[in-house]
Amino acid sequence: MQPSFSVKMIDRYNMKKTFFITQSNIIRKHAVTRNDKVEFNNEIFINFASFIKSLYKKEAISYPKFYKMDNLSKLGFLGAEMLFKDNTFFDRYKKEDIGIVIMNSSSSLDTDLAYNETIIDKSNYFPSPSVFVYTLPNILIGEICIRHKIKGENAFIIADQFDPGMIIQSVRLLMDKEHAQVCICGWVEVLGDNFESALFLIEKEKSMNEDYTGEVLLPFTVECLTKLYQNN
Amino acid sequence: MKPVYIAGDNIITSLGFSTLDVIRQVEVGKTGFQKYYDRFLTPTSLPLSMIDTDLLTVSFRETLSCRHPEMDENHFTRLEKMFIVSIDDAIKEIKSDLNKADTLLVISSTKGNIDLLEEGKKDSFEPVRIFLWKLADMIGSFFGFVNRPLLISNACISGVLALSTASRMIEAGLYNHVVVAGGDILSEFVISGFLSFQALSPDPCKPFDIKRNGLSLGEGCGTIVLSSKLKNSNAITVSGSAISNDANHISGPSRTGEELAMAIGKALKEADLKHNDISFISAHGTATLYNDEMESKALSISGLQQTPMNSFKGYWGHTLGAAGVIESIATTHSMESNLLITSAGFNEIGVSVPINVISENLHVSVQHCLKIASGFGGCNAAIVFSKND
Repeated sequence: MQPSFSVKMIDRYNMKKTFFITQSNIIRKHAVTRNDKVEFNNEIFINFASFIKSLYKKEAISYPKFYKMDNLSKLGFLGAEMLFKDNTFFDRYKKEDIGIVIMNSSSSLDTDLAYNETIIDKSNYFPSPSVFVYTLPNILIGEICIRHKIKGENAFIIADQFDPGMIIQSVRLLMDKEHAQVCICGWVEVLGDNFESALFLIEKEKSMNEDYTGEVLLPFTVECLTKLYQNN
Repeated sequence: MKPVYIAGDNIITSLGFSTLDVIRQVEVGKTGFQKYYDRFLTPTSLPLSMIDTDLLTVSFRETLSCRHPEMDENHFTRLEKMFIVSIDDAIKEIKSDLNKADTLLVISSTKGNIDLLEEGKKDSFEPVRIFLWKLADMIGSFFGFVNRPLLISNACISGVLALSTASRMIEAGLYNHVVVAGGDILSEFVISGFLSFQALSPDPCKPFDIKRNGLSLGEGCGTIVLSSKLKNSNAITVSGSAISNDANHISGPSRTGEELAMAIGKALKEADLKHNDISFISAHGTATLYNDEMESKALSISGLQQTPMNSFKGYWGHTLGAAGVIESIATTHSMESNLLITSAGFNEIGVSVPINVISENLHVSVQHCLKIASGFGGCNAAIVFSKND
């Protein structure tokens, strides 16, 4: 194999052991990008609800529980589904070796505000347990785990903006010491109609990945995460 | 493994404002619940373990006058005051300078300043204060920590997860010291939500008891300083930890307890210990029917059904994002004093798998302890503490 861009990158960073971004996707109002290629452009944005429903249909997923999820879980769930598409992923890893680290800025505030609406007016007071359960950001991680029976390490971190350095630090804490063999990681943020998801699959071996055959494989570095995040 | 020592700590609950104040009450069986009544929330009164606002104000003013006499106390929310008072107490005996690049602050909270959504509080603070990262920034900048704080919000395992993450960071050589602080307050938001789940007990909670009937909520804040260099008198270390997910249900625990058992197994393996090396377990023990049942199954799978165990929630309730931190401190205190604490509210075993719930304070030599936690979203956490004297 010819030395590729990625090999030079690895040398340049001179890390102990480089991990690889083997799948990625960015979901924004105007476009959905998968593995750094535009999957589709969304010219007319109406609202989050119609956007997410059309993405669910485009991805041709059949999972009735999806409709019960809050907006944060819906967005992150679809991002995770796109990471696993066309992949032998689940044959290659034990369910307890898959880690999930997700970050965002507003935690579950989108649903917190919806829940608060049900208790703020004392003449119309109807707190709902099915809304309340989603007032925790890590419910999103739980939904992804339930879907694929993933039983490994979890962490939900709150930061004011997409922070590739923090993503790398959190994932390496899990993968360097074998707490996880592979990680789903990234950023899933929803507040009203403002939303953004950037999820990545991080693996130790690049040869494992079939989807990228013949293409440039990205090392798991701040530069590459930033590039993928910004190229949409 | 590079040792990760506990260098300082603090607990704030309804029972007191320092670890010793709280533990002294617990050792003599005192609990912190008071009846609370709000006609909008519930037709009957509820037992809650609330932190006294007047005492908090007095403590906070003291901290403020020492560290920032120029600041206005009204600039800080109730929860921020709790965190600041707790961290201040935990770090005051520490000789090393924590305001350097080798120190990180990790904050654990489930709902942060969620009370700012309430009418009447909304306008007292700028809107950005509702964000959890802002809560962490407010606390971090108060103490002048150089690195931006890390905020972990992972339901009821937040505190144990924060300790696990912090100890792994020290082990990886990223920092020499990590200050881990966990806290949550009780707001109308949280109380109404747990009520809507019908998860709250009308009487103070009774973990693992046959008559248990739901959880009791409490306010709490706790701080543990972890360090690769500094240590307390017994040189207690974090010797292993692991997190797992049930992958079963977002609001109900695993039916089998296998996944919590898996986290326990991994944590013990990392600590290089066998189940019979563990002298005491601090369980999550919320006193809901399903949680306690699941935990007892997990302990049984792990070979820990004979090991003395308790739930500290019978003393100060479920303190959410603080629970993992303050219950870990109480655990390490039992290691220092070789005194295992009665599980408050427990009379008769009420789980299908027999486990050894402590019904009377027990003097034994304690070398290694296990703290476990589980939460919504199916998450489980286990952490092992060891004495290195």
